[in-house]
Amino acid sequence: MVWSFISRTRGRNRFDLTDWLTWGYLIFGILLMFGPVLWVAMSSFKTDAALSEYPPTFLPLSPQTVMVEGYDEPLPLYEITGGEYEGRTLAQIRRIGLNAQMVDPQAPGERLNVSINDREPAREFSVAWGNYTQLFERFNFMQYFWNSAFITVVATIITVIFNSMAAFALAKYKFRGRTVVFLLIIATLMIPPTINLVPIYLVVNELGIVNSPWGVIWPAVATPTGVFLLRQYMLTIPDDLLDAARMDHASEWRVYWRIVLPLAAPAIAVLVIFSVMWRWNEFLWPLIVLTRSEEFTLQLALNAFQGDLQTSWSGLLAMTVLTLLPITIIFALLQKNITAGIAQSGVK
Amino acid sequence: MAVVELEKLVKDYAGFRAIHGVDLTIEDGEFCVFVGPSGCGKSTLLRMIAGLEDISGGELRIDGERVNEQRAAERGLAMVFQSYALYPHMTVRENLAFGLENIRTPKDEIRRRVDDAARMLQIEEHMQRRPKQLSGGQRQRVAIGRAVVREPKVFLFDEPLSNLDAELRVVMRGEISSLHRRLGNTMIYVTHDQVEAMTMADKIVVLKLGTIQQVGSPLDLYNRPANQFVAGFIGSPRMNFLKMSVAETRAESIVVKEENGRSFEAAVSPEGVKAGDKVTVGIRPEHLEIGSERGHPVTIDSIEQLGGESYLYCTDAGGHPVTIHKSGQTRLRAGEEAQVFLPAESIHVFKEDGMALERLRIGEAV
Repeated sequence: MVWSFISRTRGRNRFDLTDWLTWGYLIFGILLMFGPVLWVAMSSFKTDAALSEYPPTFLPLSPQTVMVEGYDEPLPLYEITGGEYEGRTLAQIRRIGLNAQMVDPQAPGERLNVSINDREPAREFSVAWGNYTQLFERFNFMQYFWNSAFITVVATIITVIFNSMAAFALAKYKFRGRTVVFLLIIATLMIPPTINLVPIYLVVNELGIVNSPWGVIWPAVATPTGVFLLRQYMLTIPDDLLDAARMDHASEWRVYWRIVLPLAAPAIAVLVIFSVMWRWNEFLWPLIVLTRSEEFTLQLALNAFQGDLQTSWSGLLAMTVLTLLPITIIFALLQKNITAGIAQSGVK
Repeated sequence: MAVVELEKLVKDYAGFRAIHGVDLTIEDGEFCVFVGPSGCGKSTLLRMIAGLEDISGGELRIDGERVNEQRAAERGLAMVFQSYALYPHMTVRENLAFGLENIRTPKDEIRRRVDDAARMLQIEEHMQRRPKQLSGGQRQRVAIGRAVVREPKVFLFDEPLSNLDAELRVVMRGEISSLHRRLGNTMIYVTHDQVEAMTMADKIVVLKLGTIQQVGSPLDLYNRPANQFVAGFIGSPRMNFLKMSVAETRAESIVVKEENGRSFEAAVSPEGVKAGDKVTVGIRPEHLEIGSERGHPVTIDSIEQLGGESYLYCTDAGGHPVTIHKSGQTRLRAGEEAQVFLPAESIHVFKEDGMALERLRIGEAV
């Protein structure tokens, strides 16, 4: 069934021009979107040696090496493509100018001279799990992950609660100045975030939460976007439902908690995704507030990987993949919630 | 059990008064219907009683106790909404139990009451469904069930049947009536449909523009409408109104005459009118008699034959539309002339200000 859906064509039985165009466009889109991500994921499994290879390979291939009797270090293997020893696989001892001194692993006694143009490195598919394990062994990955996760989860929970309460009041209560308050909240969208950096830092500093996850969480939880999104959605919840709950002895808190919040679930799912992405990917503000490395989020740790003199690309790539994963999973789980929605209404 | 008293109840919106000082007493166990055209304030009045709208002035008492300041839930009322307002994210059982959970009723007590209500309303097999999966009639039952489980002092219904099709409406009408007989609670029911009002009510309150026009039993309102508005609103098809003037007043009747001089006797009290006054004569379609000698001449515009009864839509010489209801079938055809007789004991007479003159020989008319 899925296949018949996917393989539908516009032309009868045959591929129409529009089918070609559609498929071409979609495949182009997939390559454009997933290409870089896939490249990063593949590269994160390459050794440092394979990463610096030119031309780069897509699959994590690494040069084969072999231990040869009489040599302390493993020697790289080469396929010989021309000249005297064509077709053999030899290990290289060292390179001298345009020639390479090689040895046959089967007959380690004899040294052979091969032109470097006649040899091709022998490669094998090898996954460098070490990139990942070193993150846990040599870097304090779990600490950064925990910092990021804590900030993301706590900030998202507080964001949803605060914003939905504000949205509930703005959508469902009639009070003097309601429109003014709402417009003020929306108007803050016009202020560029960079302008706020210094004043917010002063406030955070005054509160003594610099170098603490709360210094990242509190300034971020009130979002005009969230209030706007939720308010617009809550306007569509019929007032009758709220009145019915009030007649059912529900306190205003229970009306909010048991009726409005569950019914706003589709909008809340959207806000949760936004909030998780914002907090997880946030860089500038944590960079300002968090200066001690044990408080670093993943994004700050990634940044710290890029040293002044040398960059551990393999570690950086592995960490990038691990940083991408949670947000991808969250999105995959919640997107169903958005599309399906709880459009069910007992109200005609 | 509860008596609901409204005393000079007023509702003001910004710069506009929706309810103009309503006085009303609804007795314990009474089925009271608020009826009126849309915008007459009947729903507002109900919501004020429910506690969903603030009361701007006057006093609302339930069982003698002032409840103006009490919140909706504290007044011990339950309401059935026009839109049903079932919680879409809860199952039927959760919908019914929500109100009881809010007042921390013990679990087994909730279960017992919900099951009782479900049995009574025949929704037992739908308890695990969500409102979306129910038909209109079932949703209506759940909405009523939600009110029933609370065992409220007073039930409030806000046009509960207006979203149902005609057939189901008749069925549910009967069910609500039998629910009232079984529970014996005070019920207040809002509708714009005078048929619902006539069939269900113990007491009808006719409202117009935020004021009460008349309060009475269905037949009271039908037989003795206090004014022209009530007369036109109650009864279907609508009462016919003819512009006439008073020719002479007698001891127990008056004589009214048309512009062309034809005159009729009307068995109404002559109090408040004198010869020469302009009046409106009202007569219900079912009281007009066709084919009499000394009648009122009309031209038949169209005829609806329903088999068991017939409706004739006519125009008289003065250009007034006249509707005639005749039981059985008729041989008359559209375009023909006919004579209709206005029996003296069935005639209503309204003064220029719309107030009715008292009818004196109703017993003969019924």
